[in-house]
Amino acid sequence: MSNISKAFENGKAFIAFLTCGDPDLATTGAAVRAAVENGADLIELGIPFSDPTAEGPVIQGANLRALKGGVTTDKIFDFVRELRRDVKVPLVFMTYANVVFSYGAEKFLSTCRKIGMDGLILPDVPFEEKEEFLPLCRKYGIDLISLIAPTSEGRIARIASEAEGFLYIVSSLGVTGARSEIKTDLNSIVSVARQNTKIPCAIGFGISTPGQAGEMAKLADGVIVGSAIVKLLEQYGKDAPGHVGEYVKAMKEGMRK
Amino acid sequence: MTNQKGRFGIHGGQYIPETLMNAVIELEEAYDHYKDDPEFNRELTELLNEYAGRPSRLYYAEKMTKDLGGAKIYLKREDLNHTGAHKINNVLGQALLAKKMGKTRLIAETGAGQHGVATATAAALMGMECVVFMGEEDTIRQALNVYRMRLLGAEVIPVKTGTATLKDAVSEAMREWTSRISDTHYCLGSVMGPHPFPTIVRDFQAVISKEIKEQLLAKEGRLPDAVLACVGGGSNAIGSFYHFIEDAGVRLIGCEAAGRGIDTFETAATVNTGSVGIFHGMKSYFCQDKYGQIAPVYSISAGLDYPGVGPEHAYLHDLGRAEYVPVTDDEAVDAFEYLARTEGIIPAIESAHAVAYALKLAPVMDKEQIIVITISGRGDKDCAAIARYRGEDIYE
Repeated sequence: MSNISKAFENGKAFIAFLTCGDPDLATTGAAVRAAVENGADLIELGIPFSDPTAEGPVIQGANLRALKGGVTTDKIFDFVRELRRDVKVPLVFMTYANVVFSYGAEKFLSTCRKIGMDGLILPDVPFEEKEEFLPLCRKYGIDLISLIAPTSEGRIARIASEAEGFLYIVSSLGVTGARSEIKTDLNSIVSVARQNTKIPCAIGFGISTPGQAGEMAKLADGVIVGSAIVKLLEQYGKDAPGHVGEYVKAMKEGMRK
Repeated sequence: MTNQKGRFGIHGGQYIPETLMNAVIELEEAYDHYKDDPEFNRELTELLNEYAGRPSRLYYAEKMTKDLGGAKIYLKREDLNHTGAHKINNVLGQALLAKKMGKTRLIAETGAGQHGVATATAAALMGMECVVFMGEEDTIRQALNVYRMRLLGAEVIPVKTGTATLKDAVSEAMREWTSRISDTHYCLGSVMGPHPFPTIVRDFQAVISKEIKEQLLAKEGRLPDAVLACVGGGSNAIGSFYHFIEDAGVRLIGCEAAGRGIDTFETAATVNTGSVGIFHGMKSYFCQDKYGQIAPVYSISAGLDYPGVGPEHAYLHDLGRAEYVPVTDDEAVDAFEYLARTEGIIPAIESAHAVAYALKLAPVMDKEQIIVITISGRGDKDCAAIARYRGEDIYE
């Protein structure tokens, strides 16, 4: 059983995304700890990429700030090693195929295992291309997270039946970023997914308010929030961790309603 | 075993968000259906001939040949096509396909603006909506083309992210496509991106080498010894090479933009300086650092200022079937001026990269040998930038 399942053992899971190194790794570490102390059940750590084609302006900005600050994949590995001394919740990396490929997929994934990572999300690797990384993910016990989009339709069953860790359900068309309204018929997507897998389903993209988190928590096993948290980092910089903690607390409360 | 669909050796593939998967599958199915459909091909041929002005001329550059004193030089005049570049070949094909698929809106990226102008043109002709993404830097370098696109009824969106050039325009067009798929076709301008784009764009551009072969056989009764074309993403080059790939005696030479030189960081010569990576939907060669961060490339030519190359070129390079040579800004500008003075033809600065290599190659070849240079576009759009390069401001 994957370690990721632990995130879903205490009711609905809140999954927080942060871009590593924005504005610096010390702040990322403090923000991760603040999120966990206030109830985050799983942390997605973004390894910045120069050209993040699935991201909206907020996370694009975080990627560029982090790279400008000199963060690298190796520095992030060292950071996670340090983080793992006290942070016990499941951790997954979220990055782009080229970051893993260029590092050497085997070297990347074996390091992930050594430093205590549990999963990997690659938004530019669809079902058809997962063989590029899946065998090595299995070899090193890292769950390769599958995504389902509002346009997946007939593909949902196939993707869900082979998914590992948790199933990442993309709430809306387009790139990451807060949305005032989510119109996709997520109920039917989750229901088809559940018929084809036993792993938890979490919904992400566009969720920013406790009200939205509450609605999504009724539909799925978890809620993923990225841009709204990254925006706090953008706004408050090194002072962001306290704000992140408060925000996570409010979102968790929203999910209990 | 990795997915074999849309592969050229190890290159190619479909590295895109799940949101776009059904869109590219739908596109592939539509293309497979229409590519051999007689009615589709009749309509496309009529558009290419009557509207775009095909076949383009294969012109014997006699003065240039005599001046260089070596191989006989022919110019494939894609600059004479409607809208002034080879881009129209692909765009008419894709716009017609999109229309058959029931799409009412075309989006496109553009570097030099040639592909954007071609897409805006086809959209106007076919009564479709059109939005073009163009790096802000390029909207300044190629202001005339921005005006042309707007005149044709397209909306031009300046992209401010990253290096504000072609790569960022592609990223932004991909982001736009994920947000609006049902009525929108992404009319990709080069032999790049996820499958099926590299194949579709190649097939629509292959008309260039088909014509070169027929025209040269008629004029000379033989095949060329070398075919030269500039390479950014590589669409005019693959179009120029395609029907000669099986002819082992024909050298295929892609001319990359070396910018200030391949020993500097200010270069866009992907095959010469890059390494294998995964970006913009494909596995291929990219200019990048050891962590896979895409490099901010540079060339005087907005159309070649791209950190990747089409996957079929990457494969032809791996096989050793095609050669990829670097050409600097200085060499390209010299060739731009040389062709203007020698033959009375002002080539696009992109095409001038191929002319520049011919200036080196032709003199060391025999007089019985033949080279063909594809003049992918005309150079009117570049005159202001070249004047600036030479220290003259023609807008004063």
